[in-house]
Amino acid sequence: MDELRLYTYIAVFGTFGLYFAIAWWARAGSTSDFYAAGGGVTPLQNGMAIGADWMSAASFISMAGLIAFLGYGGSVFLMGWTGGYVLLALCLAPYMRKHGKFTVPEFIGDRFYSQTARTVAVICLILASLTYIIGQMKGVGVAFSRFLEVDYDMGLYIGMAVVFVYSVLGGMKGITYTQIAQYCVLITAYTIPAIFISLELTGNPIPQLGLGSTLADGSGVYLLDKLDMVVTDLGFKEYTTAKLGNGINMFAYTMSLMIGTAGLPHVIMRFFTVPSVKAARQSAGYALIFIALLYTVAPAVGAMARFNLMNTIEPAAGENLVYEERPQWFKDWERTGLLQFEDKNGDGKIQYVADKEANEMVKVDRDIMVLANPSIANLPNWVIALVAAGGLAAALSTAAGLLLAISSAISHDLMKGMLTPNMSEKNELRAGRITMTLAIILAGYLGLNPPGFAAGTVAIAFGLAASSIFPALMMGIFSRKMSSKAAIWGMCSGIGITLLYVFQHKGIMFIPGTSFLGGMEANWFLGISPNAFGVVGALVNFGIAFIILKTGEEAPQEIKEMVDNFRSPHGKIAAAHDH
Amino acid sequence: MENQNSYWQDNVRLILICLVIWFIVSFGFGLLLVEPLNEIRLGGYKLGFWFAQQGSIYTFLGLIFWYSKKMGDLDKKHNVEEDS
Repeated sequence: MDELRLYTYIAVFGTFGLYFAIAWWARAGSTSDFYAAGGGVTPLQNGMAIGADWMSAASFISMAGLIAFLGYGGSVFLMGWTGGYVLLALCLAPYMRKHGKFTVPEFIGDRFYSQTARTVAVICLILASLTYIIGQMKGVGVAFSRFLEVDYDMGLYIGMAVVFVYSVLGGMKGITYTQIAQYCVLITAYTIPAIFISLELTGNPIPQLGLGSTLADGSGVYLLDKLDMVVTDLGFKEYTTAKLGNGINMFAYTMSLMIGTAGLPHVIMRFFTVPSVKAARQSAGYALIFIALLYTVAPAVGAMARFNLMNTIEPAAGENLVYEERPQWFKDWERTGLLQFEDKNGDGKIQYVADKEANEMVKVDRDIMVLANPSIANLPNWVIALVAAGGLAAALSTAAGLLLAISSAISHDLMKGMLTPNMSEKNELRAGRITMTLAIILAGYLGLNPPGFAAGTVAIAFGLAASSIFPALMMGIFSRKMSSKAAIWGMCSGIGITLLYVFQHKGIMFIPGTSFLGGMEANWFLGISPNAFGVVGALVNFGIAFIILKTGEEAPQEIKEMVDNFRSPHGKIAAAHDH
Repeated sequence: MENQNSYWQDNVRLILICLVIWFIVSFGFGLLLVEPLNEIRLGGYKLGFWFAQQGSIYTFLGLIFWYSKKMGDLDKKHNVEEDS
């Protein structure tokens, strides 16, 4: 354990030192540096930065665990969190880059020639980003406390301090270059254990192929077939066909995550950092390569972790593991309370079955799968230390990107854009740093006092972005006529109905006991769960906007010309970087 | 103006082609048609399951780069390349 602790300190503080050094080297000197990294980031670099920005603690720690227990149903996260990049690359990023502004609300305000539209967009952005960031701060706290053995509050303070140093100092420029380093750390930490485990189980070092291979035990049986057999024998749903809710729910869930991905401002902002329209198109592709490296490995990690877990507990039918002979990793995780055993039938052996009455593994937390994986596979301590550094890199990089999106919406859109338009660049930069500091403190406060709903909120953040920002951007680009009134009503009704559906299930402002289902069943609308409702909100947004457009005025001529201008790569880029 | 309209129409056509493929591999093969496709095997993978957890992601990647390349050609053809 002591050797492990030493390695963990080296890995964690070594990588932190690296991030600080990069932040110092890339500190921001102008607002253009602060919001858009001076517009000089190459597509390859931007792709990596998007990868780190995008892949949060949820992707790194939770996703493979979810897949391990949901099986085929976990596919909604895999397709949902990657498919959005196709929409970004084809429908949004190139035109928004051509228009050349710093923030998403600024684009919406320009296109819909209305400060009201810009304000509504700022509110939607803050709602979506704040719900998202609570989960990240919680992840930072948990990761620090688990790996460095400090308590949760202390872990959160350390995390806040680290983010403060490099994001307030460096702005987008500092964040971009640290995210590149963080990407490298997290992808190494994710794939190395997966390669070892795949090699061990199937003899194939490439996890994506290992998942489709036969077992290395000489039986000639495919890994997935064996897994299906093992879990169904114990009464669980078949791994490769288990659904998440009904078919409509899976469809809506996937679509909500996809269009939410394309509507999340901290991701879109990253496309303002590249030098050209062509680079914006390519950035999305590079980003998806780097994301796919983790996302195609995750199903293998999930299935193999489930396989190893079942196999450890019951190596052959009826030969259950004797509790006293359980391996070390089992004991370690029992100590955290995330793994719990209760000998219900008193035979001293572990029975892990679907039937709640007979099941003796009373708690198997999904989040431990990725973290416990290296020790289950008996990998050396430095690999475990690396996983710790990787988990922290994932949480910190996403938190930094979200903080930048929030602070730029306040300092650039609200203060510079509306309240004090003649603020000097120096003062705007200062305002940006102050609002970011305040945002860190607010996020830290919410992390320390998480509203009870924190765990389930990441998916809701996608629903909010999907129902408000994504439709507004699509209509702004693909309809020359779309008017400000129609867009504003669309955004308000889209996000309104999504919030209503969520509150109806989870309580008004998430306060338990105030849900007003009143005679309606949970998921009453076609069996769609609140997390998957964003797509319905988006449809309402589109529908309301087009009805109002039909009955009211079209956008004025100069706005139509502006749309023509950003649809074509040729011609003047509207002064993003000579502000 | 004339030129720009036809450039935009070509672009929209290309986007629609890509989005049809995007929809077929994920929502089509991965969700709606998953059961019949699962009758077919790809090594140890059932094909529908493979599309849902692997194949759709590879296709998304291919689509983005293909679109990016095709748009480069369109920019040239319609003479709307960026001034550098």
